[in-house]
Amino acid sequence: MSRQYETVIGLEVHVELATKTKIFCACSTEFGGAPNTHTCPVCTGMPGALPVLNRQVVEYAIAVGLATNCTINQCCKFDRKNYFYPDNPQNYQISQLYEPICRDGYVEIDTPSGTKKIGIHEIHMEEDAGKLMHDEWEDCSLVDFNRSGVPLIEIVSEPDMRDAKEVIAYLDKLRLIIQYLGASDCKLQEGSMRADVNLSVRETGSTRLGTRTEMKNLNSFKAITRAIEGERERQIELLEMGKAVVQETRRWDDNKESSYAMRSKEDAQDYRYFPEPDLVPVWISDEWLAQIRARQPELRTQKLIRYKKEFDIPDYDAQIITSAKKMADLFEATTAICKKPKKVSNWLMVETMRLMKEHEMEAEELTFSPKHLAELIELTDKGAINSSVAKEVFEKIFLEDIDPLQYVEEHGLKTVHDESVLRTVVEKVIEENPQSVADYRGGKEKAMGFLVGQTMKAMKGKANPAAVNQMLKELLMVGI
Amino acid sequence: MSLMSLTAVELGKKIQAKEVTAVEAAREAFLQIERMDSKLHCMITVDKEGALERAEKVQEGIEKGFFKGPLAGVPVVLKDNLCTKGMQTTCASKILYHFKPTYTAEAVKNLEQAGAVILGKANMDEFAMGSTTETSFFGVTKNPWNLEHVPGGSSGGSCAAVAAEECSYALGSDTGGSIRQPSAYCGVTGIKPTYGTVSRYGLIAYASSLDQIGPVAKDVGDCAAVLEAIASYDPKDSTSVKRKDYDFTTALVEDVKGLRIGIPKDYFGVGLDAEVRESILQAAKVLEGQGAVLEEFDLSLVEYAIPAYYIIASAEASSNLARFDGVKYGYRTKEYEGLHQMYKKSRSEGFGAEVKRRIMLGSFVLSSGYYDAYYLKALKTKALIKQAFDRAFERYDVILAPVAPTTAPKLKESLCDPIQMYLSDIYTIAANLAGLPGISLPCGIDSKGLPIGMQLLGDCFQEKKLIRAAYTFERTRTYERCKALKGVL
Amino acid sequence: MANVITDEMMEYVGILAKLELSKTEREQAKCDMGRMLDYIDKLNELDTDGVEPMSHIFPIHNVFREDIVKNSDERDAMLANAPKTKDGAYKVPKTIE
Repeated sequence: MSRQYETVIGLEVHVELATKTKIFCACSTEFGGAPNTHTCPVCTGMPGALPVLNRQVVEYAIAVGLATNCTINQCCKFDRKNYFYPDNPQNYQISQLYEPICRDGYVEIDTPSGTKKIGIHEIHMEEDAGKLMHDEWEDCSLVDFNRSGVPLIEIVSEPDMRDAKEVIAYLDKLRLIIQYLGASDCKLQEGSMRADVNLSVRETGSTRLGTRTEMKNLNSFKAITRAIEGERERQIELLEMGKAVVQETRRWDDNKESSYAMRSKEDAQDYRYFPEPDLVPVWISDEWLAQIRARQPELRTQKLIRYKKEFDIPDYDAQIITSAKKMADLFEATTAICKKPKKVSNWLMVETMRLMKEHEMEAEELTFSPKHLAELIELTDKGAINSSVAKEVFEKIFLEDIDPLQYVEEHGLKTVHDESVLRTVVEKVIEENPQSVADYRGGKEKAMGFLVGQTMKAMKGKANPAAVNQMLKELLMVGI
Repeated sequence: MSLMSLTAVELGKKIQAKEVTAVEAAREAFLQIERMDSKLHCMITVDKEGALERAEKVQEGIEKGFFKGPLAGVPVVLKDNLCTKGMQTTCASKILYHFKPTYTAEAVKNLEQAGAVILGKANMDEFAMGSTTETSFFGVTKNPWNLEHVPGGSSGGSCAAVAAEECSYALGSDTGGSIRQPSAYCGVTGIKPTYGTVSRYGLIAYASSLDQIGPVAKDVGDCAAVLEAIASYDPKDSTSVKRKDYDFTTALVEDVKGLRIGIPKDYFGVGLDAEVRESILQAAKVLEGQGAVLEEFDLSLVEYAIPAYYIIASAEASSNLARFDGVKYGYRTKEYEGLHQMYKKSRSEGFGAEVKRRIMLGSFVLSSGYYDAYYLKALKTKALIKQAFDRAFERYDVILAPVAPTTAPKLKESLCDPIQMYLSDIYTIAANLAGLPGISLPCGIDSKGLPIGMQLLGDCFQEKKLIRAAYTFERTRTYERCKALKGVL
Repeated sequence: MANVITDEMMEYVGILAKLELSKTEREQAKCDMGRMLDYIDKLNELDTDGVEPMSHIFPIHNVFREDIVKNSDERDAMLANAPKTKDGAYKVPKTIE
């Protein structure tokens, strides 16, 4: 390849909002449920039914707009996007084209060459479509409208990203902001966050944008990365052969690691937008805006600064703990009870992360209560249990949120502090392991470890390892 | 005299006074339907069993003092674009054949709360698109005054049923004149309320920004009583307006002293039939005789209302009618290969010619590259038309105008030329674009023996002025029953 | 007729509106549409510069619903209207090519 190419990427990110009801009717947004059980005349497009806007959707959209430095459009309106597809019950989607709720924002991402601003062109509100299931037996498709009308915001970025790493950093940033706001759980796999990638290439140094394609069906960060690489190569190859890139929508097939054009003769992509006559404009007053602004929770950047200052924990710790809102919430709540930020941070960073990995869990799925972790820290600090018992108890807290005090009591896990008990056990261990005793006395320090282990075993782990060590040394000296 | 020749309010009074029962009233209505409807075809669905059962329940309610209103036990017919739970609702289209809504339209629910007994569903132009009730999939309705003439449309079935005394009153819907024009053709009275006054929830939309439900009855008093019953603020309809005054019957006062009536010169020019013109100017004189102050003025922009209307209505219709696709309800073609063919064949076979014409026009004017030139231009024209009316209502309390350029045309005459048919809506369409209330009431009979209607338009939310003026005029003449009822049929 | 509607335009509108016309219907529709557009073009006479397009007549705004679940149980009644169903879902021709 003689020429150098630059990739230009913009993203359209759809986020399902965490409202209890749909955007235009009172049906539940809950997942699951038999097909078409969370439906009504409105979200199934029954003749004569009319939409009424869910206030919470507007508030979430404003919250996301404020957190991404957007200008809030104080008179926003809805439009109809017309296209036929069976998952779209009215054969039009209520969306926003002419007057979206947010415009001209940005988020900052970290890149190897420093902080970079990614522009946000607009954020608009719209309704989700139903679900199509493909029935292999009868060679037909089945439509379930349970998801039809679930509120979405679509965040449209400027074409400011240049490679997959920036795209992932941008998505991560958005995800975190939105999770912190509580506006969505943003799970890529489950589809509550979906990204369509608009990509074009141009010769390095050129300022003109090339023809772009839009890539859909990207369900993981890995798929996004692969799709970006694949599409970049495909476009460069076309240009190198002297062919033109066709502006089209392509569907990514992650199993085949390739994409195909979705265009068909019957799909004109002419959406005939016009103002939705069944909905009235949304006027967002300064007062309303101020109320939402006042309610905005602290976001990650602010938390990072505060954690270092208020809790005096290292930057590394703060970075990890704030990487998920749930983690930060657990940290703050636990610290508030036990007042030992560094210890809390250690539990979260080491044991919690390890168990999450082992159980393939996301931070959002953590269910243990801060009170129980705080109690565990207290128990350890008082020397009531030793560290290996603590780990065992924590796993129980992590999985079942047990009460550590009660658990330790019931299972007799408290460290034994009675010296006479310990002495009896140590004496027995010395008696039963003459070889190791001889080794130790012969100068093999390693033998000590074995004897400590045997003692701990005999004590069922309930001894303080330091005390065991001390006692062993003392008694082994006596015998010489 | 049959019970059905009474006005709704008169019949309601007799029922409250225990002179008649709701069941007797319903039975009489069905007798009349049986007598008349095979010739007129006002009805698509007649629910005799359901209605009689309901009449018994209502009668019980009346006896227990639960239903005390003027419409309790009075039989009504609904235009077939109003959803009725469990009762077939077709919009006079093959594509909605056998469709049974799972809910009842808000306006109808309001009537039910007033103790109404629903006899069935009235014929109409398919999806309310037409001015003659000839585009119905179920066949034409005939004008009770002369069976060779159309009843008008699109609420032709509702208006003909009232004129033929198949019911005491009816509900219609008005998108471009669809209550007022057939009321005029059939010699009955109809009101198109201010946009937002009656909930559209459950009205199968033609053009959402223009559609309003309204009453059709024998006189102004009935219309006021029915409007009072159906009008309400409905949180399910975002365009519903919270009004202070729903007591429309309080405006039934014989007094137009000092009422300023504007007569738009541009509504009385070329194209208006001489007899119609004469009759309406005569009505104006009558009102003047009662103390009203008349003044001629130039409304302006009249010729732009129709093109603006057809752009807006067709565009909205193309989108509103997209949901009829053979997936969720209604008609699906028998044989098809693949999804898109299923869509195309179902819709092409399910919709009639006029509906297809408007869907195509609507899709075209919204399509890429044309939006600004057509749709946006139409919305700007609408703004100018609204301004013209605003100026007029600074000077006049009501505007007096014809309803249509002629009396009811002969069957099939209008259909051959769509543009000619659209032109017949010239005096009614502007009220829909500007959201204004309008009332159509009889003011004479032409030399062919067909009724002539006059129209009063008011500023938004000024129904009471219209009702007062119309009531005052109505008191100067007697209600003319149509020939069919005088034994000519 | 100033507006000439071509077969290509009719085909395109047919794709947008999901309508398929027979040959005679199509010829008639071409003619009707051309005439209607000619008629509509009358609006071009009107000077609308600086006029704000009016989609809603009244300045009603902020009509909201609170975020409270009210599930209705009408599934079976709704599905009873569908031409084809299976397992509580609407059945349509296969959507993936």
